[in-house]
Amino acid sequence: MSEKVWIAGGGVISGIGLDVPACIKSFRDMQPGMAAMQYLPSVHRNTFPVAEVKADNATLADMARMPENISRTALLSMIAAREAWQSSGLDDISHYRVGFVSGNTVGGMDKTEDFFGDFLANPRGGRLHQVAHHECGSITELVADMLGIRHHVSTISTACSSGANALMYGARLIRNNIVDVVIAGGTDSLTRFTLNGFNTLMILDQQPCRPFDDTRTGLNLGEGAGYVVLVSDSLAAQLQPWCRLSGFANANDAYHQTASSPDGTGNYLAMKGALDMSGVQPQQVGYINLHGTGTQNNDVSEGIAINKLFAPHFPAMSSTKSFTGHTLGASGGIEAVFSALAIKEGIIYPNARFEHQMKELPFSPATAFSTGHDLQHVMSNSFGFGGNCSSLVFSKA
Amino acid sequence: MNIYINGTGCISPQNTAQGGPLLAAPREYEQVRLATVDPDYKQWIDVKQIRRMSRVVKMGVAAANLSLETAGITLPDAIITGTAYGCLDDTGVFLTKMVNQQEEMLTPTAFIQSTHNTVAGQIALLLGCNGYNNTFVHRGFSFENALLDAIMILKEGTAKHILAGGMDEITNYSHQVLSRFGIYKKAPVKTMELLNSPDTGTIAGEGAAFFALGVTSAPGTAATLTGVSTLYKPLWEGEVIGHIMKFLEDHHCTPADIDLLVTGRNGDIDQDEMYEEVAAALFPDHAEASFKHLCGEYPTAAAFGLWMANAIIAEQAVPEAAVFYGHAPKKINRILLYNHHQGTHHSFVLLTAC
Repeated sequence: MSEKVWIAGGGVISGIGLDVPACIKSFRDMQPGMAAMQYLPSVHRNTFPVAEVKADNATLADMARMPENISRTALLSMIAAREAWQSSGLDDISHYRVGFVSGNTVGGMDKTEDFFGDFLANPRGGRLHQVAHHECGSITELVADMLGIRHHVSTISTACSSGANALMYGARLIRNNIVDVVIAGGTDSLTRFTLNGFNTLMILDQQPCRPFDDTRTGLNLGEGAGYVVLVSDSLAAQLQPWCRLSGFANANDAYHQTASSPDGTGNYLAMKGALDMSGVQPQQVGYINLHGTGTQNNDVSEGIAINKLFAPHFPAMSSTKSFTGHTLGASGGIEAVFSALAIKEGIIYPNARFEHQMKELPFSPATAFSTGHDLQHVMSNSFGFGGNCSSLVFSKA
Repeated sequence: MNIYINGTGCISPQNTAQGGPLLAAPREYEQVRLATVDPDYKQWIDVKQIRRMSRVVKMGVAAANLSLETAGITLPDAIITGTAYGCLDDTGVFLTKMVNQQEEMLTPTAFIQSTHNTVAGQIALLLGCNGYNNTFVHRGFSFENALLDAIMILKEGTAKHILAGGMDEITNYSHQVLSRFGIYKKAPVKTMELLNSPDTGTIAGEGAAFFALGVTSAPGTAATLTGVSTLYKPLWEGEVIGHIMKFLEDHHCTPADIDLLVTGRNGDIDQDEMYEEVAAALFPDHAEASFKHLCGEYPTAAAFGLWMANAIIAEQAVPEAAVFYGHAPKKINRILLYNHHQGTHHSFVLLTAC
């Protein structure tokens, strides 16, 4: 268990860019990705802004070099996973024992929901290829097969913390000498199923979301994929890793199926556990990438837990969901890449649209993009339905 | 370090929830879709909650509770589940309303309960368990990944008791769609004759099986979970055979040390050929038991197989209903469970009597 696990690279596709440099440029230019729906057909298209990836499936299929008729979730996954691998400095994938661990929440639901209308009208209706990749695991396999990964493939679905849990499991696979490299993160495309589900919970904002703002009224959904390349200590010695995954923990809030406990029990346990594993003191953390969805409930629970753990030394923090929207199963992966890059490049990301201090909290998020920070340790939070709370700690060395 | 199976619980198309000798009165069916024999869920769940829970949640919660009861544990340190399909019933309910009502006037309950981590989340909620909680959703590896995660965490020393399980449900929609893919028999077949079927296709099954795993043994503990391994899309049977040899070697044994082979034969003549090849190459004279004629085929059926294998070690006998070939030796010390799902997902679990 002593073996160190490093981040050798990362890839992201999201509503603010088709690759990592494009996403960073959007942060620098203060250009969030929320807009009216262009690609998802829904009766709510003019009601709820979303952070869609700005490309149709034909364009994504070209980028992914995959068929256009497969799930958008797999196309996004492929594009980000390939970018991650290419950024790592590793050569041919067949030279290593590689695992692919990917989180997602609804698998190929974007195709299943198209199938379902015809199917409900007639049990023999609907084209079967539209449901062939309904299962979450099937999305992962489409990408693993394209990349040529066979040593280990797995899929995690713990709602909004899926991507973060993929990093934890991937790190354990390396520490247990099952593989040497793991591409770990998550993917999700927007679906009517998810959009309508969140709408029934009445937590979608009809305006661009305002995480950690006292006037916040909900979240915006987003889509995308994000992966890091985890490597063993011995492989890292031959590369220039971005940083190290020094700590992680997963806890359950055990309070409610969809709501966070008022005192943020699960959030606190996850952050505390991750710090304990990394051996880092709270005051050594330079930046927190918040879960920060923009719902009343999440932000106050997360904030109270941070207050309890970090007071009086609050690190810089922000919710990048104010740019990317909440990308659900992808968010833990996307934000892991942003966090790892924060260490490598000394970046503190802005929290868009913050204006009003939350009355429950003694701290506020960073509002401007800045670089040149000497960040030794960065935390990334992912909390979700089912009480699933996860925190990751990235360290410079 | 040993990892002990200190308690098990199983809800399946057999009478597995009520205790007593393994498969003493096996249920035979003549249909292509098997359903679980439901215990009285009120034993574990509040009546008001039962009405809102889908079948997969109820069977998961029940199997989890059974395994904790037999292990004598009230609160595990971690809960890890595997489910390929997740909560199909609630997913279907929400999808249907969404389509029929053109995305208007929807209610949240089905959506909330549709997420794949609902079962693990509900168990945590009912037990008040703040520990590690994870859900694997990878087809025929969902349950195996849950076991592997549990083993790695127990070895780390951050948990002493972990609840791990696998479950999947069939719904009318899922059965209609899966049937169109041609994976089931065209006509009903007697389940006790399934494994001698001369044609392709299998029967659909469902169920939940949970295991209370620990780093120390409990009074009734029969076996250790010695190892778990998966093999994705082998190119040919030689790769499977090589993988098994390596797997056994990693755990310091050879085919000669295996007392009983438990296989996931499902009555599809094409898919069962792999078991024939493996048995012929490595275990030509070994006794073999099978389980999918008892529980049906589904991506987490290996959880039922492991439940059965553990019970065989506990009772030191293979029940007649599970025998596929030969006679197991008097002392059943080691069992290799070999399952594959649709020829693409191969998994191996090694159990040792303790």
